[in-house]
Amino acid sequence: MVNKHIQTNDFNLWFGNKHILHNISIPVYDKKITALIGPSGCGKSTLLRSFNRMNDLIPETKIKGKVMLFDDDIYKPKIDVTKIRAQVGMVFQRPNPFPKSIYKNVAYGLEIRGEKKSHIDEAVERSLRSAWLWNEVKDRLNDSAFSLSGGQQQRLCIARALANDPKIILLDEPTSALDPQSTAKIEELCIELRDKVTILIVTHNIAQAGRISDYTAFMYLGEIIEFGETKKVFTVPKKKQTEAYLNGVFG
Amino acid sequence: MKINKRKINQIIGINLLRFFLLCTLLFIIIFLYIIFSKGGKVISWEFLTQSPRKFMTEGGIFPAIVGTFWLTILSIAIAFPFGIFTAIYMTNYAKSNLFLKIVRISVNTLAGTPSIIYGLFGLTVFVRFFGMDVSMLAGSLTLAILVLPVIINNTEEAIRNVPADFIKASLALGATQKQTILRVIIPTALPAILTGTIISIGRVAGETAPILFTAATFYTRKLPQSVMDEVMALPYQIYALLTEGAHPEKQIPIAYGTAVVLLSFVLIVSGIAILIRYKMRRNRKW
Repeated sequence: MVNKHIQTNDFNLWFGNKHILHNISIPVYDKKITALIGPSGCGKSTLLRSFNRMNDLIPETKIKGKVMLFDDDIYKPKIDVTKIRAQVGMVFQRPNPFPKSIYKNVAYGLEIRGEKKSHIDEAVERSLRSAWLWNEVKDRLNDSAFSLSGGQQQRLCIARALANDPKIILLDEPTSALDPQSTAKIEELCIELRDKVTILIVTHNIAQAGRISDYTAFMYLGEIIEFGETKKVFTVPKKKQTEAYLNGVFG
Repeated sequence: MKINKRKINQIIGINLLRFFLLCTLLFIIIFLYIIFSKGGKVISWEFLTQSPRKFMTEGGIFPAIVGTFWLTILSIAIAFPFGIFTAIYMTNYAKSNLFLKIVRISVNTLAGTPSIIYGLFGLTVFVRFFGMDVSMLAGSLTLAILVLPVIINNTEEAIRNVPADFIKASLALGATQKQTILRVIIPTALPAILTGTIISIGRVAGETAPILFTAATFYTRKLPQSVMDEVMALPYQIYALLTEGAHPEKQIPIAYGTAVVLLSFVLIVSGIAILIRYKMRRNRKW
């Protein structure tokens, strides 16, 4: 029996008058990898950003419905958004380390919460190890994060998210700006991390979703068309649109 | 034939551009040559370090150097925090509404206001209304208001140039807006903010009209003892040497000498700003 980490109930989202997400009701299972796939503009990134309330940054965002993070509705009034974001890690499409040292990048989330130095040191090492970056950077933690390659920068961003000790990580097309080798490494890393955290990944790369995910949600025009175990969605899709998308008929 | 015609046009075009470039260059060279050849002769250690004698017909310009130095430092020190905080508010907190539009229009209008009007304002408000008399304080405050819009606009641009990716990364890690401003936005924008501020130092040092009625005096042998003293200042001294006094033949070379000192100061300050900007561009990788 797998636990639900996130469950959305009839979740709707508007930017101004534009209705972006329509009645989304899907679960995200605990300690599994869930892939969100669909053509450009289908709302998959917007849905991802709804789970740590990053859409709040866009003015005139309106929502209806619920997003339950375990037992908490993250959209209930008076909730501390920064606390939600600290528990929900996020990795962006383009590697976006801060213009600071490698160490400072990973330490950022802990420093803003005023953690003790010894605890931060420990967390930095642990996170860099978990992101498979420790051996590459342990001798130059004070170098600028920009001295790393693109793939390393993205793993640094993963380490930075892991340092907060989140239970779930949201990945927004994390490999679309990377070369194939770096991509493969991140994919393997995701599979390794699955034992510790729930992963929700938005990807344009259908093969990637097939390779790494346990569950797949196919979105089209702001709706979830199909959700299920990846094996089933990929081999015997229930909906015609899913089949057409997977076969590259549109995208 | 057709290719030839195109080639000829191109040659004419490029040479025309070259001609304008050379004209500009020539103008700068002549300008610097005249100032430095006429003023260079009077520059000496005594000229830089001694007080004037016999109503500015002999001696040095040390009090004016000191006066301009303090006026510049004080005015920047006053304008800098106001400018930075205003720009931070405008870029991060203010909603884009009518109020913000009015503030922005006001700032731009201030930036385009002739400097003599600042002088009049300073006279009315600081010298008369607040009773500061003609003093370094009144002059610095007037200069601070003059340079404030420059600092605001520059800081705003520097902050807007901070990549949105950095800000998103910070917020996604659970940082508050305040933490993001202090730990990500300001440090990233700081080199550009400082460069702009240093350039405005050059601007402040050279202004004459704002200090005309508020801070400057034509002749004093004393150095300023407090911010309430009136001071000599380099740009005003040039103006005064050329328009007042009874011995123009002795005063004019001193005026050129003063111009050399002022110009060198501005060039050095700009040089520092260029250096910082160069280093900053080389270091940044985003």
